[in-house]
Amino acid sequence: MSIEAILFYLIAISAITSALLMVLQKNPVKSVLFMIVNFFCLAVIYLLLHAQFIAIVQILVYAGAIMVLFLFVIMLLNLGNESLLKEKYNYKRTIAYILSGIILLELIIGISIPLNNSPAQISADAVKFGSVESIGAELFQNYLLPFEAVSVLLLAAIVGVVVLAKKRK
Amino acid sequence: MNITEIPLSYYLVLSAILFSIGVVGVLTRRNAIIVFICIEMMLNSVNLTLVAFSAFLGNPNGQILVFFVMAVAAAEAAIGLAIIIAIFRNKMTVNIDEINIMKW
Repeated sequence: MSIEAILFYLIAISAITSALLMVLQKNPVKSVLFMIVNFFCLAVIYLLLHAQFIAIVQILVYAGAIMVLFLFVIMLLNLGNESLLKEKYNYKRTIAYILSGIILLELIIGISIPLNNSPAQISADAVKFGSVESIGAELFQNYLLPFEAVSVLLLAAIVGVVVLAKKRK
Repeated sequence: MNITEIPLSYYLVLSAILFSIGVVGVLTRRNAIIVFICIEMMLNSVNLTLVAFSAFLGNPNGQILVFFVMAVAAAEAAIGLAIIIAIFRNKMTVNIDEINIMKW
């Protein structure tokens, strides 16, 4: 096995473990911390796929900004354990596990059907276009309008958050 | 030079597993914030699929799409948390079973 394969298996196992721990953890703060571990694992997998820019943005935006926001809100609301939130219907939980198992099965069956012309290895161009330089060039040449639209979206989100979270008189 | 032993389907299966764990979280957890984090994880697993296809097919558009998904996810997280704070202020709970004001 090459070093990349070993790294992939290690990171994949830790990503799945942290995701499971995140879902099964009762304490919301611990859930968020396991989610950050999961985001770092995904960033390493992006690096394995030669997507350096996406990996850095993953750490900066997800693990840095979004998760700090989540932690901040959880500590602001002072929620404590989820066992205090009472369960009404227990049979719903069983149905939920069965449904998610069916989704996983469907996805894996769909993936395992061999595609025509499916490439066997990472394309040689992947190293070139994963860098900040080429992503930036692509964004500002072919995707300028969507880029500007996203900036308007973020502005609208900021205004919306201030309006929603403001204290009503 | 860039040859790895890991085929495309391994990345897709990892993404499918993470997506299903996110579905389990959305369906079983009662805390609205945790449900929200699980939705973020589902978005992330789809991002992994996009980056994997982008790398294997040699097409940069997948990574551009991931960039936009991240921007929209950031906006969505901020708005959603503001809504959760507003609901908590009115009802003093984040239990999604008790937040049924819009239920028909």
